[in-house]
Amino acid sequence: MKPFVFVLALAPGLWLLFRTLTGRLSANPIEDVTLVTGIWALRLLLVTLAITPLRRLTGWNQIIQYRRMLGLFAFSYATVHLLIYVILDQGLAFEYILPDIVKRPYITAGMTAFVLMIPLAVTSTRGWIRRLGRRWQLLHRLVYVSAIAACLHFLWKVKVMIGEPVYYALILAALLGFRLLWRLRPTSKARQPAQA
Amino acid sequence: MIIKRPADVRPSEITDEQLYLRRREFIRLAGGAALGAAAVPFAGGWTSPLSAEGQSPLAGIKEKVVTTDEKLNSIEEITGYNNFYEFGLGKDDPQRYAGRMKTSPWKVKIDGHCAKPAEYLIEDLIKPFQLEERIYRLRCVEAWSMVIPWVGIPLSSILKRAEPTGKATFVEFQTLLRPSEMPGQASDSLRWPYQEGLRMDEAMHPLTIAAVGLYGKTLMNQNGAPIRLVVPWKYGFKSIKSIVRIRFVDKMPTTAWSEATPSEYGFYSNVNPEVDHPRWTQARERRIGEFGRRPTQMFNGYGDQVASMYAGMDLKKYY
Repeated sequence: MKPFVFVLALAPGLWLLFRTLTGRLSANPIEDVTLVTGIWALRLLLVTLAITPLRRLTGWNQIIQYRRMLGLFAFSYATVHLLIYVILDQGLAFEYILPDIVKRPYITAGMTAFVLMIPLAVTSTRGWIRRLGRRWQLLHRLVYVSAIAACLHFLWKVKVMIGEPVYYALILAALLGFRLLWRLRPTSKARQPAQA
Repeated sequence: MIIKRPADVRPSEITDEQLYLRRREFIRLAGGAALGAAAVPFAGGWTSPLSAEGQSPLAGIKEKVVTTDEKLNSIEEITGYNNFYEFGLGKDDPQRYAGRMKTSPWKVKIDGHCAKPAEYLIEDLIKPFQLEERIYRLRCVEAWSMVIPWVGIPLSSILKRAEPTGKATFVEFQTLLRPSEMPGQASDSLRWPYQEGLRMDEAMHPLTIAAVGLYGKTLMNQNGAPIRLVVPWKYGFKSIKSIVRIRFVDKMPTTAWSEATPSEYGFYSNVNPEVDHPRWTQARERRIGEFGRRPTQMFNGYGDQVASMYAGMDLKKYY
């Protein structure tokens, strides 16, 4: 099952690579590859965040074993997305990139989303989970902030706020809302400790 | 050396350019039909009306005004990468869906403060004037650009014929409103019909044209057939497409984008590398077909001809 999920998460990237190499992109290929990698980073981040609610609702506990892989895939797509922006789109022109990160809210949000994912990716190994103990869960709550920033990044990028960016924001709101409700449910403390 | 043409390829078997350009629409249309043998007569049936409607060659283009020696963008780029929200938000949506819009018959109503208001069939509107080729840069507010060989007539010719009165200080333009053929109009991404406007002196400026063609042929729907505005020193969204109404007014008209987001899109919307879009820089642009970015020019490089119209104006305030 794990190899299957692996291939599934990799497929959009491979398909994009195929389209790029065979000239199947639009007249603005850099925009295409930026958009596709960014969207898949966000989608996989949302899928990762859907694991816990799904597990709680269905009792399908094994599903947790895919969470790290999906999160790392989200991080990988985000990394490629950022590299495309810095290298292909901006041509490493840091005199433009750095002011943009500070001045443009959508780029600030995107960078925030990415930077917050770095410690999560680094500490995703078994060794770090053991070493950090309870603090690991606390640290990994940063994923909520990262996902909110990622949704804002997309919302603030587009000219009219309808369609896809709005749907992702609503899905994130539902996923975070679920956690809040789960925590607030009357018996929660008695039954089990809250989890990320 | 004699190069022999292979005898087994008849001209009729070579894909018509028109059909090639609209292959996606064609494939979508043909999808339901049985492919193979059945598709050939079907294709034949579609080829002629499409050629007549979309891209028949324009005769009698005399003048040629070339404002740049930069490389022209290809017809595939110009017809495949468009913003035309009436057909969807994606850059390929207009190419995919604009074929549904019926452009014949097409009427343009000219009214407001003028001595001779009238409604013209597009053919009659154009007939009295000499077509010109105009090679212009087009700079989109999204920081990409193209070089496009338009065919058209100076907008001033059309406007003068209506004899605007002294009260006419602005000109307002409207795009077709027809949700049955323009799927994007079902969404409230913008207020429909799309509306734009120019100050009278901008509208009468010799660089401003009403374009009816591209690469020597009539416009394709995704580029704003059958008639659109081209104002090369302003961001692309000012160059309104598929115009059905031109109105002389005495107040600054509201425009679709400045109404949607007043803080981001002003009435003037002159290309200006020093006035950023609130959310992104306008200092550089990507020329479609190139990697990387190039610096954006003030008034898109047409400053020597248009800057005087804005003398003394604070262009940061009147963005």
